Parts: sequence; C-alpha cells; structure tokens
Amino acid sequence: MISKQEVQHIAKLARIKLIEQEVKKFQKELSAILDYIKTLNEVDVSKIEPTFHASEDFIDEKTLIRPDKSESQPEEVVDELIKSAPDKKARHIKVKAIFQ
Amino acid sequence: MNNLTITKAHNGLKRKEFSAVELTTFFLNKIKKQDKKIFSYITVSDELALSQAKEIDEKIAKKKDLPVLSGVPMAVKDIISVKGLKNTCASKILKDYIAPYDATCIKKLKELGAVILGKTNLDEFAMGSSTENSAFSVTKNPCDLKKVPGGSSGGSAAAVAADLCCYSLGSDTGGSIRQPASFCGVVGLKPSYGAISRYGLVAFASSLDQIGPITKTADDAQIVFNAISGRDLKDSTSVDSKIINYKLEIKNLIIGVPKEYFVKGIDPEVEKIIRQAISQAEKQGARIFEISLPHTKYALAVYYIIMPSEASANLARYDGIKYGLSKSGNKSLLDVYLESRGQGFGKEVKRRIMLGTYALSAGYYDAYYLKAQKVRTLIKQDFENAFKKVDAIFTPTSPFPAFKIGEKIADPLSMYLSDVFTVSVNLAGLPALSVPVGFTKAKLPVGLQIIGKPFEDNKILEISKIYDK
Repeated sequence: MISKQEVQHIAKLARIKLIEQEVKKFQKELSAILDYIKTLNEVDVSKIEPTFHASEDFIDEKTLIRPDKSESQPEEVVDELIKSAPDKKARHIKVKAIFQ
Repeated sequence: MNNLTITKAHNGLKRKEFSAVELTTFFLNKIKKQDKKIFSYITVSDELALSQAKEIDEKIAKKKDLPVLSGVPMAVKDIISVKGLKNTCASKILKDYIAPYDATCIKKLKELGAVILGKTNLDEFAMGSSTENSAFSVTKNPCDLKKVPGGSSGGSAAAVAADLCCYSLGSDTGGSIRQPASFCGVVGLKPSYGAISRYGLVAFASSLDQIGPITKTADDAQIVFNAISGRDLKDSTSVDSKIINYKLEIKNLIIGVPKEYFVKGIDPEVEKIIRQAISQAEKQGARIFEISLPHTKYALAVYYIIMPSEASANLARYDGIKYGLSKSGNKSLLDVYLESRGQGFGKEVKRRIMLGTYALSAGYYDAYYLKAQKVRTLIKQDFENAFKKVDAIFTPTSPFPAFKIGEKIADPLSMYLSDVFTVSVNLAGLPALSVPVGFTKAKLPVGLQIIGKPFEDNKILEISKIYDK
C-alpha cells in the first residue's frame, strides 16, 4: 500500500488540498488501482514503439500547424474573458503577491 | 409532435404541420413537466431556443432552403461550449462559468439552423460511467427511474430516450457516448479520432476525447455526424473524413466477432440478445467470423494510466485565477491553488488527477505512461490485423444492462469495469457506435457495439441501419 506521505506528496504536486480522511481513502483506492494496473508487467514491449496519437497516419503534415501569427480579438471578446476572472482590477487579472 | 426523429421533424416543418416555434415550445414545456424526475438538463436555454426557432420560421415564410437540421430542437452535453450559456462540466469549480465562444461543432450546427434547448447533465468533467458524479444531481434512466442512465453523457442519452429533444451531442473518452446510449436504448456514435473538431470541448484526455451524436435512429446519427465532421484549423488533430458515401451490400459484408468479448462476467441475457443480433445480420447475408483481439484484457489497465495522466495535465488550468471557483483565504498564491482545487473538484476528479500525477511523477514515467503507450500500440495492432480479414467488428457495448443507482459508486474499480468493452476503441482511435438491439426480461435496453476501420464512420452507420425499426 502506498504511504500517507506519498499521498500527501502527490496531492502537493497536483495542487489539491486534502483533508485527513481523504488521505486515508486515497491510500487504499490508489493502491487498489495501481495493483490492477500491474497486469501490464506481463506484456513484453521491448521492441514496441509507443502510440501517442492514434490517427497520426491520417494527418496531413503540410496543414498540421497553422501559421505562427497572433490573431487579435475584438475588444468585447477580451472584456468577456476578463469578466470570467474572479479577482480583477480594471482590465487586469489580480493574483496574490508571489514575493513577500 | 411526440417521438420525432430529425427527418420527421424536418418534414413536419417543411409541410407546415407545425412551426419551429411551436415545436420548440412543445419541447420546452415537456422538459418543464417531465425533467424534474429525470434531471437530464442542467441548463434549459428557453430564450436562445425560441429566438433561433423564430429565425427559422421567418426563413420558412420567405420560402428559403431548409437544411435538414434547421429548426430541429437538440441538446448539448454541458462540457461543449455554447456562447453565452453556462458550461459547468457538472463541477462546482465551473458552476457559474459562462462560455465566451462557440465550439466548432456548435458553430456548424448554428449555421445549419439548429435550435439549442439546453445543456445536459454528465459525470463531473466526463469522469464516470453513471452520471452519479455530477456535482448537481443524478440523472435517472427513463427506462427505469431506479437505474443509472450510464455515463458520462448520461444526460444527453436520457434526454433523447425521454424524448426531451430530437437529438443530442455527447463526448466519448472511454465509452461515454456508447455506454449511456446502450443503457437508455438510443443510438450513440463515437467517431474516429480526429473526425470531429474538439475545439470548444473542455479537455479531459486529449488523445482519446471525441464529440459525437446521440440519436433515436442510425439515420439521424449519420445526419448529425456528416454535419459536424471535418478538418478544423482550430484543432490540429482534426482530419477530413475520406469516406462520405458508402453503399452497403450486406451480402458482401464480413463481420468479426472477437472471442475475448464473450467471457465470464458478461450478463447471460445480454450475451443472448447480442448473439441474436449477430445472427440477424447473418440471415441477411453477412458472413460471420470469430476473431481474436489478444491484448483486450490489458485495455482497461492501459486506459487507467493514459486517461488520468492526460487529465491531470489538462485540469491543471483550474487555478482559481483565470475563471471559475476561487477560494483564497488570506494566504499565499499556493493556497489559492490548493483551496480552490481542494474544494472545487469532486471525489472522482480528485482520484483521477491524483492517479495521473502519480503516473507522471519523477521516476515513474517509463514504468507507467510510456509502458501504457507501448501496450496501446499492441491493442491498435490487434485491430489492424483483424481488419485485414473483416469489414466491421460486432461486440456487446457493455457487459451488463443499466445498474441500480448507488450500486457501484462506492467501489471505483467495479465502476471502471463497466467500460471494459468500450475503451479499446478510444485507445486505437477507431469509430464505433452503439445501436439498440433488444431488451432484457426486466425491460432494460441492450446495445450492440459496431466497430469500424479508421474513418469508416459512415460505413458502420450504414451497417447499423439494419437495426433501425
């Protein structure tokens, strides 16, 4: 079973605050899932290439990537996007200070 | 106006049996009356729907051309962006988020005159197989209100099955269109990876996600698929589908039935109904071959590495700063992240982010993610080998019919097993659909899964029409 410290370490990497109860629960649940995943150890993949993109063969590489140009958006779109931010001042999104 | 397919609704509008506003009002009233007990919709967009319908009626009055989807009321899974409507993903973290733009598939449907009735319920961020993971409410199966509708597109499937829209859109990462379609007795298509632009679909596992239609007939699924598929500059993985018109000659058809999909664990009633459906195709002249997909038993394990890994990266964007729920307290920037995400995400979402973060963390990448991507190649090769001999593959969509609400929610692994027949298709990027082929003694629908070669979406749609009543 994975340890309490390991769960807390992963939670910190994932930027999720867990309560004590959740830590215990994840110890059990993640261990069960990782045990299930161990069946893959039976498979010999020493000569096999990974598949990251299943339809790769069908992509036309000439048109794959759009020209590297910025497209300016109308003001109202920008306003709309800023409106979504929880904390803002005029047309700026506010974040907490990162230097104390 | 009850039980209208897309074609019937179109004909009714064309022949002026009813106006688009009348048809839309009919559905809006029906939703108001009946959706309290089903909860297929999170948001009902009366205003948008009626204004769209009015426009269509003006076009009809001017005798303009009427595309088949014009004025036909539909619903959208609440993870696909419709400008000006909430796009909650059934999550507390996006509870009040309003989409600032249209997804490409929505833009195409709007251009064709679709009427959008609202946004449908799902498992939070499409993570689940029962719609029980919605932060708002559980959707009930219209065939039996004590049963789940399947998931994650449970709201979209239930809305079609309960006739609360003519058709809907869902998304499918590991079975999320096909399994609820099977549980609710409707048709659901997971298109080839890249057939439909994912622009505007909130990202879950990017190498597996696809948008697709949920409909009352195979014919309708084909209409919607052809309307929204195609290359889109805003999604670099999108591809122009090659095969548009396919004339089915059932007597020339060779169907493969993989022995690995008929093993212990499958409900005997489901197996019997699927075997009957296969012999129905045989009676019409198709040849049936038993085939083997030897790496099938590893598919779910591969999926439960790749999917959470991609999800953990994609869901890093919910930081409590750009949009969505923000919980700050009076502390540091790190606390904003920890608190917003700790309080905003539900159990299953946290579980998958944790699993993915673990698989991608230092020292584990080769053992988990890379290994899984290699076994994925073997799963894909199994299908390539099979398709040298057969035109399409028939399997059950799910090993069992709809289960009871609450039955599997406490045990994540048993819930994950309900995707055992659907995940391979996403890993291999293939098109697959679920079409209803019968009912159990308890009157629960059973779906047949038809899997095709890459970008032969229209071919499997044609094949599935032999089961259209």
